[in-house]
Amino acid sequence: MLVSILHRATGTALAIGGGVLFTWWLAAAASGPDYYESFRYYAVEAAEGDTLGFAVNVLAKIVAIGLTWSFFQHLFSGLRHFVLDTGAGYELKSNRIGAILTIVGSVAVTALIWAYICFARG
Amino acid sequence: MAEFSLPKNSKIRSGGKVHKAPSDATNVKTFKVYRYDPDSGENPRYDKFEIDLDNCGPMVLDALIKMKNEQDASLTFRRSCREGICGSCSMNMNGKNGLACTTAIEDCKGEVRITPLPHMDVIKDLVPDFTHFYAQYASIQPWLKTVTPAPSGKERLQSPEDRAKLDGLYECILCACCSTSCPSYWWNSDKFLGPAILLQAYRWLADSRDEFTGERLDELEDPFRLYRCHTIMNCSNVCPKGLSPARAIAEIKKMEVERQI
Repeated sequence: MLVSILHRATGTALAIGGGVLFTWWLAAAASGPDYYESFRYYAVEAAEGDTLGFAVNVLAKIVAIGLTWSFFQHLFSGLRHFVLDTGAGYELKSNRIGAILTIVGSVAVTALIWAYICFARG
Repeated sequence: MAEFSLPKNSKIRSGGKVHKAPSDATNVKTFKVYRYDPDSGENPRYDKFEIDLDNCGPMVLDALIKMKNEQDASLTFRRSCREGICGSCSMNMNGKNGLACTTAIEDCKGEVRITPLPHMDVIKDLVPDFTHFYAQYASIQPWLKTVTPAPSGKERLQSPEDRAKLDGLYECILCACCSTSCPSYWWNSDKFLGPAILLQAYRWLADSRDEFTGERLDELEDPFRLYRCHTIMNCSNVCPKGLSPARAIAEIKKMEVERQI
């Protein structure tokens, strides 16, 4: 039941949160370099000493990590639904393992991606 | 639609009775039992029953019968076969649906909370109203439907292989543990048939002797009747007979798709 609830919650988060942020990003990019710079300022790096800007940066990171995880959780539980729709994986044990794997997988992939963004890319 | 809080007249009030175990009892287990009396006009309450396990059978049903015999004769619940074949004593024990007669007291941790099946109208105490559930069962026409005349002098025969397709389906005792554990059924039981009825529907779809497969699939092909199932899997996890309504529903969905190609 947990994975089913997560599937809905992450789907809603992606549609609303992801949708709004994606639109903001596109609108900023389409409105010219100045607008895009203010998007970048709040989303990625505020000027040093700007506490509010820094807080927004941290918040943006948390939201971005959350959306990354939502994406993969939704993707993996979607793939699980795909398998279930073929009539496979209904034995209680394998079904439970599949459900746990969607969570383990989404957390692992999110961790990998953000490890790459934060450390490997410099 | 989804409701996340109980209606006003279903909120559980405090001030339930406590029935003490005999003072010389050493192995005491407490049961917290949902009580609702429609005649009193009062909200439901929890009564506590202390049971001496040294002087009681091993199953939750044994404890309920002991409470009714020795502590409070007004305690109301359904029971019949006491061996998991009639489906009468389905209820919620410590948050999980099951049959009181096949659930061991030993397997219930701590204080045992017993409530009626979730999201059903309660008639009294642990007795839920099955009227709608049975009406839904009738709606799938759960009998062999044929157009060809019956062979003279013998039954409609079925090969052992075709008969084997009904294993895991015919054992359903309609206790409603699965349907009342399903969030989709809680929220859309007016239109969604629920796991128990859909498993029964598949039992007739899978029967090689039935000649109304197409009509049955037409009846089920509906956003609510069938497709409110989102493979949440609660049904298969609680079935006291070890059946898999979720798998049966998946098979129906497959049949709906396969007949299109």
